[in-house]
Amino acid sequence: MKEEAVISVSHLYKRFGHFTANDDLCFEVGRGEIFGFLGANGAGKTTAMRILCGLSKPTSGDVKVAGFDVYTQTDHIKRNIGYMSQRFSLYEDLTVLENIRLYGGIYGLSRQKIREKSAQLLSRLEMEHMQNSLIKSLPLGWRQKLAFSVAIVHDPPIVFLDEPTGGVDPLTRRQFWNMIYEAAHRGITIFVTTHYMDEAEYCDRISIMVDGQIAAIGTPADLKASYGVSSINEVFIILARGRQAVTE
Amino acid sequence: MKRFGGFIIKEFLHIFRDKRTLLILFGMPVAQMMLFGYVITNEIREVRFAVLDHSHDQNTRDIVDRITASSYFRLETVLSSDEEIAGCLREGKVKMVLVFDRDFASNMEREGKASVHVITDASEANTASIIYSYAAGIIQDYSRKSAAPASPSSQLTISPRMMYNENLEGVYMFVPGTMAMILMLISALLTSISIVREKEQGTMEVLLVSPLKPVQIILGKVTPYVVLSLINAVSIIALGYFVFGLPVAGSLLLLIAECMLFIMTALSLGILISTATSSQQTAMMISMLALLLPTILLSGFIYPIENMPQFLQWLSVIMPPKYFIIIVKNVMLKGTGLEYVWKETLILAGMTLFFLGLSARKFKVRIDVKTGRKGPFKRKEP
Amino acid sequence: MRIIAHLIRKEFLQIRRNRTFLPMIFLMPVVQMLILAYAATLEMKNINLCFSDQDLSPASRGIQAAFRGSPFFNVMGNTFDPAEAESCLKDGSADIVIVIPKGFEKDLEKERKAGVQLLVNAINGSKASIGSAYTQQIITGWYRTYQQAAGGSIHGARAPLIQAIPAFWFNPELNYQVFMVPGILVILVTMIGMMLSALNIVREKEMGTLEQINVTPIKKHQFIIGKLLPFWIIALFELGFGLVVGKLLFDIPMQGSLWLLFGVAGIYLLAVQGAGLLISNTARTQQQAMFVMFFFNIIFIMMSGLFTPVDSMPVWAQYFNYINPISYFMTVIRMILLKGSGFTDIQIPFFSLMALALIMMSLSIWRYRKTV
Repeated sequence: MKEEAVISVSHLYKRFGHFTANDDLCFEVGRGEIFGFLGANGAGKTTAMRILCGLSKPTSGDVKVAGFDVYTQTDHIKRNIGYMSQRFSLYEDLTVLENIRLYGGIYGLSRQKIREKSAQLLSRLEMEHMQNSLIKSLPLGWRQKLAFSVAIVHDPPIVFLDEPTGGVDPLTRRQFWNMIYEAAHRGITIFVTTHYMDEAEYCDRISIMVDGQIAAIGTPADLKASYGVSSINEVFIILARGRQAVTE
Repeated sequence: MKRFGGFIIKEFLHIFRDKRTLLILFGMPVAQMMLFGYVITNEIREVRFAVLDHSHDQNTRDIVDRITASSYFRLETVLSSDEEIAGCLREGKVKMVLVFDRDFASNMEREGKASVHVITDASEANTASIIYSYAAGIIQDYSRKSAAPASPSSQLTISPRMMYNENLEGVYMFVPGTMAMILMLISALLTSISIVREKEQGTMEVLLVSPLKPVQIILGKVTPYVVLSLINAVSIIALGYFVFGLPVAGSLLLLIAECMLFIMTALSLGILISTATSSQQTAMMISMLALLLPTILLSGFIYPIENMPQFLQWLSVIMPPKYFIIIVKNVMLKGTGLEYVWKETLILAGMTLFFLGLSARKFKVRIDVKTGRKGPFKRKEP
Repeated sequence: MRIIAHLIRKEFLQIRRNRTFLPMIFLMPVVQMLILAYAATLEMKNINLCFSDQDLSPASRGIQAAFRGSPFFNVMGNTFDPAEAESCLKDGSADIVIVIPKGFEKDLEKERKAGVQLLVNAINGSKASIGSAYTQQIITGWYRTYQQAAGGSIHGARAPLIQAIPAFWFNPELNYQVFMVPGILVILVTMIGMMLSALNIVREKEMGTLEQINVTPIKKHQFIIGKLLPFWIIALFELGFGLVVGKLLFDIPMQGSLWLLFGVAGIYLLAVQGAGLLISNTARTQQQAMFVMFFFNIIFIMMSGLFTPVDSMPVWAQYFNYINPISYFMTVIRMILLKGSGFTDIQIPFFSLMALALIMMSLSIWRYRKTV
C-alpha cells in the first residue's frame, strides 16, 4: 500500500494568526484507495483538503499530491485532481450537457472526447432524457451525482469530495457510494470528507480529526477493534469526548 | 421583549462587522457634499480663449485686454488665419474664439459701429451660452464706457437681493438633495437588500418559525437602519453648518422630525421592494433604477422640475424625495414653519402608509406559504 | 485558446438565460436617455414672478406688461402688500418678487432716478443668477422704450456701438440634449462593462462555482479573459445600440469617425474593467462590491464633467481627472460625435486612457489570486 502513495503529507501545519487549523498532520493515501477524512465541524478537515487541492498554501510541512509539491507545482496538481465541494459546484443556469462541456473544455479535452465522455456519463447516470434541462430544475440527489461525474470527467488519478452527500436521501447516498466504488475500481483515488459515520464504514481507511490534529487513523475494522466498540460512530464519540475531557 | 432586544443587537452587529460598507455609508455624504460644494458648479472661471485679430487697432487690443483682465477668461493663443479656428476648437484647446474683421477699425471710425464675432464651442450648450453672455457683457461695457462722457440722463437702478443664499453658493442647492439621496440609499436600498439576503440564504425561514412575530422581525431588521439614517442625516446637517456655513434657519426639531418621516417613507419602500423580490441582484437593480435615479434626477435635486417636459413633471409627482427636498429647503434654508410644508408632510405620511399597507398584503401571501401555497418567500433548495 | 472559447460560451449562455439581463440591456439606454436627457436641462423657462406694485402707476403697469409677453416668465400675481409678496417666495409659488416702491414713476420723472428691487429665491444659485439677469434685461428694455416715449432723451452724439455677434459652433441651436446623450452613453458603457462584469465574478464567489473553477488547471489570464471579454463585447454593442437610440430619439450628430469612437471605447473599457476586477477581488459579497463601485462611480462620474464642464472645477479636481478614465472618455466621445475631432485631436486623452488601461489591467491581474 505505502509503496505507491499518491498523497503524502508530513508535518503539515496551517495557522491563521494565532489559530492553528492543522496541527502536525502526517498521513499517506495509496492509489485506488478510498480514504475517509472525518472530524467534527471546525476540526480542520476543509482546511487540509483545500491545501491538498492547491487552493491554499500550508504554513509549513511537506505535502505532495500525485507526486507534485503543493508549494510550487499547484498547476500540475490541479491537472491531476478532481474536486467536488461542499457547496454546489455546477452552474445552475446551464444545462446538464453544457456543464459537462464546460468542465471538459476547461480540462482541455478535445471536442470528440467531450462528446464521447458526455454520452458515456449520461448513460451511466441514466440521465440522457435530462441532458438539456437546467441544473436548477434537477433534484438535489441528481445534481450531486452529476457533480461527481463532472469532477472526474477528465479521469484524474485523485478526486477530492468535500461532504458530497450532505442533505441527500439514504437511497441516493447508496447510489452515490456505488459510483465512488466504481471510480475506485478504475484506479481513481478517493479522498472524501463526511459527517455520516455509516459512510465511514464504506472507506478503505479513515482518519479522524479532532481540534486540528489527527486523533486516529486506520481501517474501520482496526479502529473499532482497538477501541473495543462496534461502530465508527462510537469511536468518534470516544475520541471527541476524550479530547473535551482533556481540555476541560 | 428581551428576545427582541437580542435580535436588534444581532442586526447591529451585522452592520458594524462590515467595515467597508460602513465606511462608505459615512464617506458617501462627505464626498458628495465636497463634490457638490466645490466641484460641481456652473460658474465659469478662466475659460481659455483665442483671438484672431485682422484689424490690429487700439480698440481691438483694448477689448482683448479687458476680457483677459476678467477672472472669467484666459488668453490661450493668438491665431493668424481663419483656418486655424476650426482646429483649435476641435482639439478642445480653447472654448471661445474672438474674431475681429479687417474693417473693424474703419467701421468704428466711419459708422461708429462695428462687430466682434464670438465663436464658442457649443458642444457644451450651457457653458457656451454662459461664455457668450459674459464676453458680450464685457464688450458692451467697454463700448458704453468708451462712448461719449456719461450722459446726465435719468437712471433706473435695479437692485436684486438674493434671498436665502446671498453668495449664490452651490451647496445650498445640493444639501437637501444629498440628504434625500443618502437617506434613500440607506433606508430603502440597504434595508431591502438585507431582508432579501436573509431570504436568499434561508435564514428568514428560521426567523419566521421562531416565536418572534413577523412585525417584530421587520422592526428588528429596520431599527438599525433607522438609527444609521438618522446619524447620517444629522451629520450632513452638521457638515453643512460647520464646513459650508449653511444655516438651519428654521426649527431644528421640525427638520429632524421631517427627516424621521422621510426615513419612514424610504423604509416602507425598502420593505415593499423586499417583499416583491427574491434575489439580491434584483433588489439592487430595482432600488437603483426605481429609487436612486429618480431621486437624483426627478426630485429637483439638480435640475428644476418646472423646466422638464410635462411627462417627467407628472412622473415627479409620485417621487417621495421631491416632497422631502421641498420640505428641507423650506425648513432649513427659508426658515419656514410647519404651516408652509404641511401639505408635503401629509403627502409623505400618506405614501408611507400606502407602501406599508401594500407590503402587509404581500406579507400575508407569504404567511400562506407555510400552509403550502407557493409564494415569494419560497425557499430555494440549498 | 480553446479553453477561453469554452469560458466565453458559458458566459453568453448564462447571460442569455438571465431573464432580467436582456431587457435591461435594451431598456436601459432608452429609459436613461428619455429621463436624463430631458430632465437634465438647465434651460431657463417658467420663472415664476410675483409683483409687489406699491406705485400703481402707468410706469409700474408698463413693467408688468413687459413681462407678460416673455416666454421665460409666468406672472403669478400682484399684491400691494410686500409681506404677502415675500410669502409667495416662502411657499415656493414665486421664484422672483419684483418690488416697485411707492412713488416710482414720480421719482423717475422728477428726480430722474428711481429703483426697483428684486427678491430672488437663491437656493438654486445658478437658476437665481440667470433668472435675475433675464429680469434685469427686461426691465432695462422697458426703460429704454419708456425713455424714448418720454421725449427721446438720448443725449449727445451716437455712441460707438460694438456688437458681439455670437456663433455657436458644433451645436448652433444650443441643444442641451446633444451634450447630454454622449454623456449618458458613457455611463451605460461603464455600468455594463465594469459593474456587471465585476458583480458577475463576485456572484460566482458567493455561489461557490468560483472555487470549482479554481481547482481546475485554468490559467489566471484565461479566466480573466473569459470573464471580461463577454462584457467587453456587450458593452460595445450597447454603445452601438445607444448611438442608434440617440440618433432616432434626439438626432445627435455623428461628425467624427465611429471606428475611432469604438476604438477609444474598447480601450476605455479595459481600464474600467480592470478597476472592476480589482474591486471584485477584494469584495466578499455582491452587496459589498455593488456599494464600493457605486461609491466610486458617483464620484468619478460627477468629476468627469457629465453635467458641468471640467474647466470650471477647482484645480485639484482637474488634477484628479488625470487619473479618471471616465473623464477622458467623456471628453473624447463628445469631441468625436459633436465636433468631428480626428485622431490627432484626441491624442492626449487617447494615450492617457491607454496608459490607464495598462496600469489597471496589470494591477488587477497581479492582485488576482486563484488561491483564497
